[in-house]
Amino acid sequence: MASRNPARPLSPHLQVYKWGPHMLVSILHRVTGSGMATVGSLLLVWWLAAIASGDQAYATFVDVFTTDTGGLNILGYIVAVGLTLSLFQHMMTGIRHMVLDIGAGYELKRNKMGALATMVASVALTIVFWLYMGIK
Amino acid sequence: MGSGTAIGRVRGLGSAKHGAHHWWQQRLTSGSNLFLMLWLMISVARMPGYDYAAVHLWLQSAWVAVPMALLILSVFYHFRLGLQVVIEDYQHGESRVVTMILLNLFTFTLGGIALFAILKVAFSGAPA
Repeated sequence: MASRNPARPLSPHLQVYKWGPHMLVSILHRVTGSGMATVGSLLLVWWLAAIASGDQAYATFVDVFTTDTGGLNILGYIVAVGLTLSLFQHMMTGIRHMVLDIGAGYELKRNKMGALATMVASVALTIVFWLYMGIK
Repeated sequence: MGSGTAIGRVRGLGSAKHGAHHWWQQRLTSGSNLFLMLWLMISVARMPGYDYAAVHLWLQSAWVAVPMALLILSVFYHFRLGLQVVIEDYQHGESRVVTMILLNLFTFTLGGIALFAILKVAFSGAPA
């Protein structure tokens, strides 16, 4: 690197591109995946282990996320909505990945519509899930 | 390294013959995750109640315990592959080795606990 020229042109990176939904859903896919892999898997395994341990261990788990009246507390709402929204977003962008993997959906307009559709679908699925849980 | 023929130095290194293995396993498990997670969300949503007795009875059924165990295997394999890529992107040198070992510890410890818990409930009689 002795002859390195500091004024040489650099290859374009994040800052030179105009932001678009395709970049947002790409990052969302990674963030939601990493979140579910850590927080989500810990909570799922805690829940399963609590069921296996007995009613006291299960009550401890439930108490963390609910109020005395049985409804979700603030932490319960954040975790419940956060994890379901993450799941559906990751699921939708995962399906989008499959479409892109077969070589489809790279036309500019269709690619943008697909990216936006994953976010619309994930929010809609989260709302439908919790409406169903609320009505029940 | 540094001795032997050029081909001898290359053999067994890099992604020779299994370059797409990681990528393909990620895709395979994403397919199984899709079905297993949809099953979990629908099954949990349709449970009659969420008190201890109801949840224990639910997990005791083979129709729940088997897909739940498969879900743990598929999801945990998938997230181990996914977090590996995240680590490879952001961690370099020694810290990459350390975080990769921690990732394996995390995945197998949690996975082992989860499978044990599922089997314990499935093979037990009445709620504890």
